[in-house]
Amino acid sequence: MTESMHEMTIRRLLAIVRELAVPIVSVVIAMVIGSIIMLISGFDPVAAFSALLKGSFGGGRQIGETMLRATPLMFTGLAVAYGFRAGLFNIGAEGQLFMGGLSAAWLGIVLAGLPRPLNIVLMILAGAAIGAAWAFIPALLKARVGAHEVITTMMFTYIGRYIVSWLVTGPLKAPGQIPQTDVLPTESTLPKLHEVTAFLPISRAHLGFAIAVVLAMFVWWVLKYTSLGYESRAVGYNPWASETGGISVSATTVKALCISGALAGLAGVTEVMGVHLRLFDQFSPGFGFTGIAVALLAKNNPIGVIAAAILFGALSAGGGTMQLEAEVPQKVIFVIQALIIFLVAAEQIARWIIGRASREGVEHAG
Amino acid sequence: MAPPLMELRDITKRFPGVLANDSVSLSIEPGEIVALLGENGAGKSTLMNVVYGLLSADKGEVRIEGDAVHIRSPRQAIDLGIGMVHQHFMLVPPLTVTENIVLGNEPAHAGVIDFSQAREAVRDISKRYGLAVDPDAVVQDLSVGMQQRVEILKALYRGARILILDEPTAVLTPQEVKGLFEVVRSLVTEGLSVVFITHKLEEVMGLADRVVVMRDGRVVGETRPSETDMAGLARMMVGREVVFRVEKKASGRGDTILEVDDLKVLDERGLEAVKGVSFEVCTGEIVALAGVGGNGQTELVEALTGLREAVGGTISLKGKDFTHAAAREIIAAGLSHVPEDRHRRGLVLDFDLSENVILGDHRRAPFARHGVLDFAAVTDVARKRIADYDVRTPSERVKASALSGGNQQKLVLARELGRDPDLLVAAQPTRGLDVGAIEFVHSQILAERDRGKAVLLVSLELEEIQILADRILVIFEGRIVKEFAAGEASDEDLGYYMTGGSGEKLAFDAEEVRSADDGVDA
Repeated sequence: MTESMHEMTIRRLLAIVRELAVPIVSVVIAMVIGSIIMLISGFDPVAAFSALLKGSFGGGRQIGETMLRATPLMFTGLAVAYGFRAGLFNIGAEGQLFMGGLSAAWLGIVLAGLPRPLNIVLMILAGAAIGAAWAFIPALLKARVGAHEVITTMMFTYIGRYIVSWLVTGPLKAPGQIPQTDVLPTESTLPKLHEVTAFLPISRAHLGFAIAVVLAMFVWWVLKYTSLGYESRAVGYNPWASETGGISVSATTVKALCISGALAGLAGVTEVMGVHLRLFDQFSPGFGFTGIAVALLAKNNPIGVIAAAILFGALSAGGGTMQLEAEVPQKVIFVIQALIIFLVAAEQIARWIIGRASREGVEHAG
Repeated sequence: MAPPLMELRDITKRFPGVLANDSVSLSIEPGEIVALLGENGAGKSTLMNVVYGLLSADKGEVRIEGDAVHIRSPRQAIDLGIGMVHQHFMLVPPLTVTENIVLGNEPAHAGVIDFSQAREAVRDISKRYGLAVDPDAVVQDLSVGMQQRVEILKALYRGARILILDEPTAVLTPQEVKGLFEVVRSLVTEGLSVVFITHKLEEVMGLADRVVVMRDGRVVGETRPSETDMAGLARMMVGREVVFRVEKKASGRGDTILEVDDLKVLDERGLEAVKGVSFEVCTGEIVALAGVGGNGQTELVEALTGLREAVGGTISLKGKDFTHAAAREIIAAGLSHVPEDRHRRGLVLDFDLSENVILGDHRRAPFARHGVLDFAAVTDVARKRIADYDVRTPSERVKASALSGGNQQKLVLARELGRDPDLLVAAQPTRGLDVGAIEFVHSQILAERDRGKAVLLVSLELEEIQILADRILVIFEGRIVKEFAAGEASDEDLGYYMTGGSGEKLAFDAEEVRSADDGVDA
């Protein structure tokens, strides 16, 4: 209580630095190891990383590409992070994403001819609802009979994917050879970012990116400043103490998993409305699973998810340029991504390096 | 003169922000029982973890029979003849006693364990030190006291000459404590030295040859039980005078708040743990439930607080039926609960202090409006409660896990009593606390009663029950077997009914405790 405001500010800043240290060190180490692998294989890491940087942040179009690729990861990262905060591992974000995509592809055609803002709002709400619904059954099974959500949400991923697979090859298939749905009318799509803001350069980035960023901040606020978020975190940290404090653990579990599902569903909605404008079998290259990595790197902090998703988006956007200009296979990107995930998961490695560095710092100073 | 068996010189150990051991020196002679006494957080366990190789000291040295040694791992400590029994046992529950004892040092021929030889070895040690144990029993079927005995045998099997016991009585029943003391005495007659870490004064008085008192990471005194009394030890340990018996006014018993009728509750395994219990608690009185742990107290408290479904009977609060109510409704009806396990049920350790203070009230004004938390109000109330209940912390933004045990319990009290309940259910409210914190908790519980609130106290500590209770109910195997008024029953009487009224009366060192207490009262 005797602490001055000044000391408190410093202590909070230090806490933030400590939180950031592990993810940042992990990314740096992953890049160093990636460079070593490139050197051993006879590539030039400096050329590779400068090409990577150029391809991801080198200009307006490139930055837009990074934003485009970060968008679905932000939604799925938020989904997984919210689940983790409530002590739930929603490994089935991919399935919820597919259902969200399905609802957008269907509703977008049904709503043809209506005003664009109305369609966007309706399609987003519908996608979130079906994502939540897809998580509701696993959530209910968890709350009622204790079935583990890792198994049930995973199984629901298969069900969701094969439903989409069947619909795009059958009932919802557009005329022609390719198994895909009809293209959405313009009023059922998300505008490009440069269309809604005068000052942004032309790129493929769409409104979904802005929605994701705003939503991330909203989720952060919900977790920290609402009774709902408080209960989610309490149950995630200690269900027994929560129960003793009058919180219904099963109701909180159901709510949290449904919120997670809704967020994942939005990834599918925005991919369909902003990128592909239709639905087909392979429209997500596993955004739901990469979302787990994003959440891990962000340490389940919604604001961190924005940064982590942009990093993964940049790696993906710049990979092509790297292959083209430095002639380094794009697969190296996957190696670096895998290393980042590995290092964040094995947090102790980074902690040990940080600990050593600061200890040596002290010894040098003394 | 021969050098001491073990000598610690100027051991210093610093953790981020804390000086856990500040130049601590002490020595241990062969065949000696040394008590390491201090409040929680005084640095006792840190010091012994340094000796056992679990932590490395920043400065200082350990000498064994005069030779400086560097102990970097428990393995080295064991090789030097140091054994340690931790507060939380390091046993493999599904394995047998023999398997647990020889684990790590199995007698083997060509990679095949010779179990008959192992069993023989266990029998030998068990006979030599008078520690009876069934070598073929499976550890998970043993009582806590027996498991501790297996831990001690494990250390002896590995050739320990110095045995360190970290808070060995924390988990034991009064009878088991008595048994442990006998074991320790027989170990020293066999030439072993024993160091036991404790914060309980009566144990020091009853067992130790010599006592080393630690406070804030330093040794603040060293004495013999014969040269001091409990008051003297408490003063050394806490650094000020300690009142053992809090002033108690006559009970102003009034209206019935809690009425329990023929309550039946099942335990985890589906067996009836509470077998038809009836009692009532009124305003202005403390009703204590005395019993040996595991006789249905936990299940009874969980049923009262809405955490466990009752299978029969009724619970009513202020005349309304709450038998099948949810915890949230019961809290709202004016019942506060200090759980027996504060880490598991009492606190969310990863939450900061202010977040813990609102647990249970987090949906109500002034903390929340329309589902949005008002952190200005939360912080205000948290600061006030922290000050009112003397929680020692740099700020309300610190995580609960950073507090010492005593301060954590004060935080639980701050929340539960700050709510101004009509009924307080306190389950083992002083478990694991040091004298200073115990004194505080006791005075708070008495203050509730004096303000006309109803209190149900569940405790395994007879001393606590004798100090606080206006009425004592004795529970045995899920039934209330006897009721006493305050001051009506001796410890022996209580012990008699606590053990079913058939076995021998409890005769643990009550004599010594009482004579030491007289010194304090005078």
